[in-house]
Amino acid sequence: MTTLLIAEHDNAHLKDATHKALSAATALGAPVHVLVAGSNARAAAEAAAKLGGVEKVLLADAAPYEHQLAEPTAALIVSLAGSYDALVAAATTTGKNVMPRVAALLDVMQVSDITKVVSPDTFERPIYAGNAIQTVQATDAKKVITVRTAAFPAAGEGGSAPIETVGAAEDPGVSQFKGEEIAQSDRPELTSARIIISGGRSLGSADAFKQYIEPIADKLGAAMGASRAAVDAGYAPNDWQVGQTGKVVAPDLYIAVGISGAIQHLAGMKDSKVIVAINKDEEAPIFQVADYGLVGDLFTILPQLQEELTKAGR
Amino acid sequence: MKLLVCVKRVVDYNVKIRVKGDGSGVELANVKMSMNPFDEIAVEEAVRLKEQGKATEIVAVSIGPQQAGETIRTALAMGADRGILVKTDATVEPLGVAKLLKAVIEQEKPDLVIMGKQAIDDDSNQTGQMLAALLGWPQGTFAFKVNVGEASIDVTREVDGGLQTVGLKLPAIVTTDLRLNEPRYASLPNIMKAKKKPLDETSPETLGVDVSPRLKVLKTAEPGGRKAGVKVGSVSELVEKLKVEAGVL
Repeated sequence: MTTLLIAEHDNAHLKDATHKALSAATALGAPVHVLVAGSNARAAAEAAAKLGGVEKVLLADAAPYEHQLAEPTAALIVSLAGSYDALVAAATTTGKNVMPRVAALLDVMQVSDITKVVSPDTFERPIYAGNAIQTVQATDAKKVITVRTAAFPAAGEGGSAPIETVGAAEDPGVSQFKGEEIAQSDRPELTSARIIISGGRSLGSADAFKQYIEPIADKLGAAMGASRAAVDAGYAPNDWQVGQTGKVVAPDLYIAVGISGAIQHLAGMKDSKVIVAINKDEEAPIFQVADYGLVGDLFTILPQLQEELTKAGR
Repeated sequence: MKLLVCVKRVVDYNVKIRVKGDGSGVELANVKMSMNPFDEIAVEEAVRLKEQGKATEIVAVSIGPQQAGETIRTALAMGADRGILVKTDATVEPLGVAKLLKAVIEQEKPDLVIMGKQAIDDDSNQTGQMLAALLGWPQGTFAFKVNVGEASIDVTREVDGGLQTVGLKLPAIVTTDLRLNEPRYASLPNIMKAKKKPLDETSPETLGVDVSPRLKVLKTAEPGGRKAGVKVGSVSELVEKLKVEAGVL
């Protein structure tokens, strides 16, 4: 009885999503092996070996895994699946892309985006944008699970697991990586940031994000997010979107600026520890979930906030 | 090139759903139903490919009760050519849906299948990937932009850090993300015309697919609520409270 956790990494570094998914994998109660599928990914495997509670790290180091495309990666995981009772990955865009492919190849119905492990075969997961929580029992012999990282704490370090090299599986050869535009930023990633400041359509322009939101994010060491409306309007890049269909986050502090609080946005942030809402409409639904609400014009409030934060030593 | 689009009938995205008192599920009686918004984007993309002369025929498929036929009619009104309803009153999980779609695809032999990346009811985000797996086809999930060639397709995908472009051999599966396009509204004349377009019916039994569920739903509950907090009067009060009361600064 062993669990295989698929690591989320960029070949050089292990991503924080792996630490969180490990907490869910460990909760299944069986020993955990971690698979690092990548190219020149030994550094990521070494990082995985240091995670607490990992029994073994499998390193599949081959060119087709460099960008973890679904087709070769799923083939690899399926080739290893025989020794495992559960296959687990974070519900990131990589995990969401690869794992259902694995599940179907194994004739298993995947349990997506779990928020709680009730028992080794029973899980809680949100449906309808988090407006209902389903408890489901998986009856397939093997479990394929993706984990909502915002719902689990990051596992710590302290392990020293052995790293075992595994051979590549045959690449189906139907897909190839052609390019990427990945934003380079010194800011923390949205899904692992301790503080997030998000802007809505009321910002009115991409420049306003830069002029009003960014200085505060800089002061707080925060990640920047946006509502779907702001992204659709072109004020913020796609990968900033917080919500049902964007990223689900649960930072210590979430500051929603000029965001009305549509159901689909709330689905992405309502598990934040402390929520601050700044909005000129005092009836905005965001205030129903906010711990601290401030009614007023964001263009007046944000410069004041910047000043107050400076005074407070940030 | 022949296209197949998959459409699901779901609770309209504007409806605030209610969990049944006995925990057996979500109240679906007398609730407004619509096409899954991501599937609308899929239909729109297919229709655009046809308008650009890249596609010759669009087949819209739905799996569900008789009323899912209405969802297919919506796709036909947007520009799909004909429909196939796989009629069943059972709740079919993504794996079952993928198996049914595979059976339909083996008959229809499309070059490209486009569907939403997730349905907004169960939020599973599985069906496209599973279908691609069962067919042994490549998958371009969370599509932001597609560029269809003769024997291949480039799909730019929305990924966590930005965008990624993959080249796929056809036939392939594409699942749509929000910003691929903005779906059109069907015009009244097109809605009338759609009523005359062919809509065939089949069933899981006819297709020879076992769709018995693999997940047992033990309970459906309301999420833990969040109480509204306090309104503060000024920015300095806010910073003070965040610092002292909440301890997050």
